[in-house]
Amino acid sequence: MKKIIVAFLMSMLPVLVLAAGDGMHNDKVDIDLNNKASLQNGAKLFVNYCLSCHSAKAMRYNRMGKDLELSDEQVEKNLIFTADYSKKPDGEINKIGSLMEVAMQTRDAKQWFGTKIPDLSVVSRSRGADWLYTYLRTFYIDESRPFGVNNQRFPSVGMPHVMWELEGLKKPVYENQKGADGKDHKVIAGYETVVPGKMSKVEFDDAMRDLVNYMVYMGEPALLERKTIGVWVMLFLVLFFFVSYAMKKEFWKDIH
Amino acid sequence: MDKLIALLGWVDDRFPLSKMWKEHLSEYYAPKNFNFWYFFGSLAILVFVLQIVTGIVLTMYYKPDAEMAFFSVEYIMRDVNWGWFIRYMHSTGASAFFLVVYLHMFRGLMYGSYKKPRELLWIFGVLIYLALMAEAFFGYLLPWGQMSYWGAQVIVNLFAAIPFGIGEPLSEWLRGDFVISDATLNRFFAFHVIALPFVLAALVVVHILALHETGSNNPDGIEIKKNKGPDGIPLDGIPFHPYYTVKDIVGVVVFLMFFFAVVFFAPEMGGYFIEHANFEQADPLKTPAHIAPVWYFTPFYAMLRAVPNMFGSQFPGVAVMGAAIIVLFFLPWIDRSPIKSIRYRGTCFKVALGAFVVSFIVLGWLGTQPVSDLLTLMAQIFTTVYFLYFVALWVIPKYEKTKPVPERLTS
Repeated sequence: MKKIIVAFLMSMLPVLVLAAGDGMHNDKVDIDLNNKASLQNGAKLFVNYCLSCHSAKAMRYNRMGKDLELSDEQVEKNLIFTADYSKKPDGEINKIGSLMEVAMQTRDAKQWFGTKIPDLSVVSRSRGADWLYTYLRTFYIDESRPFGVNNQRFPSVGMPHVMWELEGLKKPVYENQKGADGKDHKVIAGYETVVPGKMSKVEFDDAMRDLVNYMVYMGEPALLERKTIGVWVMLFLVLFFFVSYAMKKEFWKDIH
Repeated sequence: MDKLIALLGWVDDRFPLSKMWKEHLSEYYAPKNFNFWYFFGSLAILVFVLQIVTGIVLTMYYKPDAEMAFFSVEYIMRDVNWGWFIRYMHSTGASAFFLVVYLHMFRGLMYGSYKKPRELLWIFGVLIYLALMAEAFFGYLLPWGQMSYWGAQVIVNLFAAIPFGIGEPLSEWLRGDFVISDATLNRFFAFHVIALPFVLAALVVVHILALHETGSNNPDGIEIKKNKGPDGIPLDGIPFHPYYTVKDIVGVVVFLMFFFAVVFFAPEMGGYFIEHANFEQADPLKTPAHIAPVWYFTPFYAMLRAVPNMFGSQFPGVAVMGAAIIVLFFLPWIDRSPIKSIRYRGTCFKVALGAFVVSFIVLGWLGTQPVSDLLTLMAQIFTTVYFLYFVALWVIPKYEKTKPVPERLTS
């Protein structure tokens, strides 16, 4: 019987390996939601580079300000640039209590990018932090694409390399690797800078970490308090356990 | 105090309050040897109440509208005070409900609690399980994420597999549209918050009434009512209140530790309680590459996929999946052994029950995975094991070497 169980478990191993993903691994990102400076920098990058096309319409500016320790004036002055044309035909700039709506209209987006542009409010929860971190850092030159760039994490993505100014432009270095089918496959082994950007590689990685950090926060603002409250709840339950157990013992002492 | 007693007398003259209290709590005699497995009945009631209460609060803010549903959930998560806490309790509660009910049913299988005279009690229980599955299915569409949408699409399409030209119109009638749409969301909302909670509550009452009529089974599988003292009270029985109420409080506290550990520290439970893909708004034009139901449905989903299409129809798979649940209704008559508890049954029964549990868990895992040849083969094997359990229950008692059952409870 034991042998059968072991043989069965062994037969599962390849299954588990196969189930691990779609072939490409994500770079791990080390984020820290307690690092307010990182979150603020991420928020700055987000409103400057993402929010012009993508909306984050579950998020309010003033909630972000409060959680990131920024005053309403700071947020209004430095982080609100967009207007919501869908609701305000005159294109009035968003107010501090507004949701992070976007000026771009869906029909325009479809024409320009060939797809509707996803809302990013909870993208960190559907894709995961590591995915985002990898995606943001793997744009490369590909003249066959409409915007001249492609993405390793999300091949044939409709999005241009919005942050090329910061990162610069890079081209992939290919390498042959044996795939599961025994044949050689051309895979991207690394990158070579073609046009340098304003940031070094380390600086850009750090900036993307901050951006991902912010997006993880934005995906679930409750994350900032949830675990702290949880610790108190657990402590209470442990205490209550001893009380309830003592009560049970007392009531049951005459039952044999 | 005197006034209170007088008030109670006034009520008792008009409503059987004291009588009910006695019948169902202070003079309901339960066997004194309940073990770990006997916590899950009261825990199921606790989770049910929790779901109702959190559900009422969620209903105050949720918008059952295809345009607004997804972001109204995020509104609850951000703008409603403690909304995230309420929502996570509700989403975790759904999984907890199934976990508790599965353990409760396993207890019944182990100690033969479905056998005479508790056949109806068991059948009401299976009905609760069915209603719970419907409740969970309708509820899962409401967040209007990609998995909500496509999961519902897959399940409703199962009805389309019914032959003789009934299937297609039936599935359209259920959806109220040709695809899952706003119309479907509205009716699922109605079912989720009104129809099924009523059905569930009624069934729970009936289940408890049936239990209190026959009395509880116990780990020894002996009827305590056979040995009564001169006062007519079972010798091995103790009043439910206060003994089991204080004991169940301990169970509740331990359960809440696990429950709130999930709510506060891992509400997604690695994608098993809240699927990652469900954080993407439903898109009727974008079919996900991999559609998996939530974990509590995956054993049946694996069975569905294990059966190949026959005559160009998915119906055989649907039939097998349905049979896997329907067969539970007949369990009291399929198991022919007069001995209830696993403690006094033979090795064959223990092995069969073990294999049944393993098959259910493995099928559950298989249902979360994308299809492959190996996995389909495994699903076929374990689906067979699942059904073989019922064959075994019918056959084993004929040849079983059982142990003598004691007259009184052992511990």
